Amino acid sequence: MSELMNVSSSPHVRSKDSTSRIMLDVIIALLPATGVGIYNFGFKAFLIIAVTIASSVGFEYLSCVLMKKKPTTRDLSAVLTGLLLALNLSPDVPLWLPIIGAAFGIIIVKQVFGGLGQNFMNPALGARCFLLLSFTGQMTSFTYDSVTGATPLAVIKAGESADLTKMFIGTIPGTIGETSAAALLIGAAYLLTKRIISPRIPFMYIGVFTVLIAIYALATGVADPLYFVGEELCGGGLMLGAFFMATDYVTSPITPNGKLIFGAMLAILTFLFRMFGSSAEGVSYAIIICNLFVPLIERFTVPTSFGKGAVKYE
Amino acid sequence: MSKAGERLVNGIVKENPTFVQMLGMCPTLAVTTSAINGIGMGLTTTVILALSNLFISALRKFIPDRVRIPSYIIVIASFVTMVQFLLEGFIPSLYDSLGLYIPLIVVNCIILGRAEAYASKNPMGLSFMDGIGMGLGFTVGLTTIGAFRELLGNGSVFGFRVMPSGYTPITIFVLAPGAFFVLAGIIAFQNKLKLNKAAKEGISPENALCRSEDCAGCMNSLCGGRLAEGKLKETVKEEGGAD
Repeated sequence: MSELMNVSSSPHVRSKDSTSRIMLDVIIALLPATGVGIYNFGFKAFLIIAVTIASSVGFEYLSCVLMKKKPTTRDLSAVLTGLLLALNLSPDVPLWLPIIGAAFGIIIVKQVFGGLGQNFMNPALGARCFLLLSFTGQMTSFTYDSVTGATPLAVIKAGESADLTKMFIGTIPGTIGETSAAALLIGAAYLLTKRIISPRIPFMYIGVFTVLIAIYALATGVADPLYFVGEELCGGGLMLGAFFMATDYVTSPITPNGKLIFGAMLAILTFLFRMFGSSAEGVSYAIIICNLFVPLIERFTVPTSFGKGAVKYE
Repeated sequence: MSKAGERLVNGIVKENPTFVQMLGMCPTLAVTTSAINGIGMGLTTTVILALSNLFISALRKFIPDRVRIPSYIIVIASFVTMVQFLLEGFIPSLYDSLGLYIPLIVVNCIILGRAEAYASKNPMGLSFMDGIGMGLGFTVGLTTIGAFRELLGNGSVFGFRVMPSGYTPITIFVLAPGAFFVLAGIIAFQNKLKLNKAAKEGISPENALCRSEDCAGCMNSLCGGRLAEGKLKETVKEEGGAD
């Protein structure tokens, strides 16, 4: 019998993708940024990354055991959460701080709501904002080359100018993973070519943000508008947030148009926080706020099935 | 147990306004930044609740049904104003830290709720005790939440330093989100105790958390009253069997 004669029920096409495979790919994509972070900030940064990942996995296992669920540590999602959280921390933080952050992110944001796939907010970013509100001093002290100084974004906010080349390569103060736009872009290219993430969210995010910043720069009469736009794009957590955290499957819309709306909302909020807020950075707050809008966005952007006509919602 | 004592236990434990009825959430979340604020707010509310219950019960036969809510509010508002002036005069520090939330006691749903549900139907003595019980229950709730928030967010309880000097306060607990974390944690713990007790008595988890007499204050929004109906049917059946 030829294979054509086989009759079977759907699904007919199977993919080898699995949760752990996708998580592994994102981790691989984060390796350049992690490497630059460790190279920049030394052994302390490596220690923070190791402690954060280990405690994330530990808390994931512990909460699964306590809730009498099958431990989900092998799907690597806790490793990814830990890595993302570590990349979002200042290299100056004391080592107990990432442990508290991991406990909050994994237990409160993720497991209490039902584990992977059920969390309404990115666990790593939830934990970062928790730490930022609780330990503002430790979280916003940035040392680079044994000098504690302001991040380039704060320098720009104060009205001065920063070195764009350094910002692109990453030899600037900042959190462990956000400094090098180049390393993040390499990782993003890997994710995009392997089709792990859809380009809709990050491109819409960065595109709309660029337009808004350009308008702002022209309207307020910044000395060199193009340079200003470049600094805002390379500075802070924009690249890390746009490619690695806004695209989290669980907390971003699955509908194609929803992704565009989500990206545009992120851009508008980030722009408002950065330009008109009291702090120089606003990517993490923008992402967790937009995470809360995802169910609403999805509800109004469900694509119409071919031949079905418009779908009505009550 | 005497009827008056039963009202006290009912208010503090069985129908605790904060943890069981989930009433008065606005002051619960807003003023409990420290244990002392919690106890201050709780006791202020207790005084007003007891006095307004007493007066509303005394006036229950004179107040026409159609204008009862405005009448209750006038009684409650009078007491709130008195207490507010007393606090401002004698405990200005508490008055300053509670701020806007003292005049807001007028519209506290526990006070209006007790007036409507209890004081307007029961004699003066019992209504007074009901007010004291509910008020103390509210005080216990606010003080517990305040103590936890102060402990984690400031390292102290009632202003006394409890945590070792190396402890870095988790500031978020004295900010607004901390109130939600602590309240949710306490309610989860309390539900766990209830479930354990129910498991020993052989009651299913769904029924254990259901208070069939009061759907309005229930946290299980998915149930929509179906459990309460089922539960009532069960009890009716049992009574039928006993005949």
